[in-house]
Amino acid sequence: MNIAKSNNKWIGQSTLRPDGADKVTGRAAYGADATMPGMLWGRVLRSAHPHARIRSIDTSKAAALPGVRAVMTGRDLVEFPLDKPVILGIQDMRWISRNVMARDKALYAGHAVAAVAATTAAIAEQALKLIAVDYEVLPWVIDVDAAMRPDAPILHEHIRFDGKPSNIAGRLEHKLGDVEAGFAEADVIVERSFKTEPVHQGYIEPHACLVSVSGDGKATIWSSSQGQFMVRAMCAYLTGLPQSDIRAIPAEIGGGFGGKTIVYLEPLALVLARMSGRPVKMVMTRGEVFRATGPTSGSSSTVRLGATKDGRIVAAQGTFCLQAGAMPGSPIRGAAGCSFTPYDIPNVHSLGFDVVSNRSKVAAYRAPGAPIGAYAVECVMDELAAALGMDPLELRLKNAAKQGTKAAYGPVLPIIGYEETLKAALVHPHYQAPLRPNQGRGVASGFWFNAGGESSAHVSINEDGSVVVVTGHPDIGGSRASIANITAELLGIDYRKVQVLIGDTSSIGFSNLTGGSRVTYASAMVVTRSIEQVIKSLRERAAKLWKIDPEAVTWEDGEARPAGDNAGRFPPLTLAQLAAKASETGGPIGAGVQLNTTGAEGGFATHICDVEVDRATGRVWVTRYTAFQDVGRAIHPAYVEGQMQGGVAQGIGWALTEEVVYDKNGHVDNPSFLDYRMPVASDLPKLEAVMIEIPNPKHPQGVRGVGEVPIVPPLAAVRNALYGALGIRFSSLPMSPPKVLAALEPDGK
Amino acid sequence: MSKIHVTTTINNEPVEFLCDGSQTILDVLRDTLGLTGSKEGCGSGDCGACTIMVDGRMICGCLMLGAEAEGKRVETIEGMAQGDHLHPLQQKFIELAALQCGICTPGFLVASKALLERNPKPSEHELRYWLAGNLCRCTGYDKIIQAVMEVAADLRK
Repeated sequence: MNIAKSNNKWIGQSTLRPDGADKVTGRAAYGADATMPGMLWGRVLRSAHPHARIRSIDTSKAAALPGVRAVMTGRDLVEFPLDKPVILGIQDMRWISRNVMARDKALYAGHAVAAVAATTAAIAEQALKLIAVDYEVLPWVIDVDAAMRPDAPILHEHIRFDGKPSNIAGRLEHKLGDVEAGFAEADVIVERSFKTEPVHQGYIEPHACLVSVSGDGKATIWSSSQGQFMVRAMCAYLTGLPQSDIRAIPAEIGGGFGGKTIVYLEPLALVLARMSGRPVKMVMTRGEVFRATGPTSGSSSTVRLGATKDGRIVAAQGTFCLQAGAMPGSPIRGAAGCSFTPYDIPNVHSLGFDVVSNRSKVAAYRAPGAPIGAYAVECVMDELAAALGMDPLELRLKNAAKQGTKAAYGPVLPIIGYEETLKAALVHPHYQAPLRPNQGRGVASGFWFNAGGESSAHVSINEDGSVVVVTGHPDIGGSRASIANITAELLGIDYRKVQVLIGDTSSIGFSNLTGGSRVTYASAMVVTRSIEQVIKSLRERAAKLWKIDPEAVTWEDGEARPAGDNAGRFPPLTLAQLAAKASETGGPIGAGVQLNTTGAEGGFATHICDVEVDRATGRVWVTRYTAFQDVGRAIHPAYVEGQMQGGVAQGIGWALTEEVVYDKNGHVDNPSFLDYRMPVASDLPKLEAVMIEIPNPKHPQGVRGVGEVPIVPPLAAVRNALYGALGIRFSSLPMSPPKVLAALEPDGK
Repeated sequence: MSKIHVTTTINNEPVEFLCDGSQTILDVLRDTLGLTGSKEGCGSGDCGACTIMVDGRMICGCLMLGAEAEGKRVETIEGMAQGDHLHPLQQKFIELAALQCGICTPGFLVASKALLERNPKPSEHELRYWLAGNLCRCTGYDKIIQAVMEVAADLRK
């Protein structure tokens, strides 16, 4: 049910993105593209041990090497005691501090232990070899189940579970109804356990920054991140500088997917720049990215569903154990909170465990945790449908959450479009298309919370009537185009008259991260409010010129018009005409709004996947894929489709080929794009995106976040399709060729 | 260690530079010559973000030494548009939203242009395999493939 678009000139149009020309000509400046005169190169020394106490670090030889201008260790950062949380947004600075550089212990192979700035990168590399670290090597643990065993090596002595030192760092529980009574009512119960491996966000741009500190101690940070305000705040915490002494400038960002919502290099470059008095540039290698940043959690989960014969799901239980890496903070909220939300189930018990082990600290990855939870639930849904003799989409439709459904994680759901995604999938030609031998079809659904939060915007009318909009969110995938569409629509002017810029921390008010599928949602709200104020001012100015009451002036199609009794008495005044008279009507025209936005309602999706299996090699090809999603309202349809297609591609990679592999020494065994196998163009078919628009009534343009939910269903959709092709129910990811081949030839023929 | 003097042609302009024997042509382009349109995503020839043309052959800039550019003809993303007149591929990528973050885009454009010069009528299958050395993490490739196929058809007219 598409909402009428005929009334909109710009909203709903796939306009040319404002930053397009710069990005196709190589002019756009990303994190590693900035340089400064006198710049030094920074490099990081990383632990070769997955777990080791640092007895001492001798940097004297490195510091004496000609060309070396600064050497630092964890002691050069502010210390946050381990027993006291220091919460900043969704992060805890106790852990961020210890992650950017180890203090007492190196907690994973690749953990930063020291850093050097030198006149050339080669000298910096050479200096790293001269740093002597005295390690006491400790026992270590990588796997999530192994880390939960009572005899596992303990990473953090102060973390306790059931009164004893433990690697279980957190627990989250959602309860609805009486789950045991629910299962007692069930005629059919299916319970299965699953494992997933950690997968990396895989952004093509490695982390990079350039930091300069002026003579008066004020720092400028140029870096690629999902939030310049996050960079400023974390660097202030870690160095002790006040925020007023730090200006963080957002570079263009070469992909993040959640992985750039925390800092790695910026605080180190800042310390080195302060020590040396010279600008310092730091860029990670791809190997460093794989060893020391991201990924998202691996997991071990068990899900149990019970239904009556007629297909009503009466009880659901899920336990989701997520590996956090070396420091607490895995996305158990997404796993335990999202996984059952597509369904109206009276009795639910959902439990999440946050488990530390000797791997790099996980970072957010697109709908953090939700794909892991949905994978387990949607696989069991498939088996439940088979046990009930029902079509898997019909089973979902029969139990679909709708407006008024109580979700186990808390809220009563508002107007949502989940049922619409199922109905669209059921009648889509893809669902009925014939399959050939060795092919199979699977379906799965998914939910993601979406987010609102803090955003700031400023709208200025230029002297010629063109417009500049400044917001505070790094544009990771086309959000400037959406904001330009909304601005042009509301003001009634040509899209090309709107310039949209991303402000730095000193030129726009606080804006929270680009993440949670929130940027178009939240920035549209503050931009809309700003434009409402601008239009009010424009009406007042026209009234002043006409010497009538401002209430008797309307703003339509980009011009002020006299209304009511005055209608037709004066010729309309365009934005350009009013802008030219700005000085005589009250001065420059503009408005800014800062809000903590609310009302970002969740997103739902249903996917259909076809696969074909090469029985000789075990290779699985996705042959057709269709994603159905309630997108609220597509402000820029091509970029909404792009979000859906991109999320699907990442989900297919997660399902089939991607995993961070550790060797027997506790090192990442595949720290390159050759061995960490992300989908390439020849791996994928056309990815069809079906946008279903159920506008969010709490948003001025009906927007719902769209970026994250598309990665939620693919893991199970691919797995369920593989069952269709082979009759084998895989219970772990990735379903890579060796695993598929082993399942096809269990005796190893 | 003394530097190596290299005389070469970059985007049809004569260029001289000094480089270390260990520096890649990508390092030289980005750090010495300020041509930062070619991106480094991996440094090992796996991602294609540094794709450039050398004497008409498509290569990864991170896998060739700067000193090897002596006497060669190097073409980078910076040479694709003629002034403010974008190449049809550049124009179509913007029109069809075939880029999101844009970091892989220069590599995809150089590689796509190279294909169309050698094969003006690629099948979608051929195109997907030709571009298999270029990683994009944002788009799922769908709109990139569509853009190149449309440009190929337009250029044949």
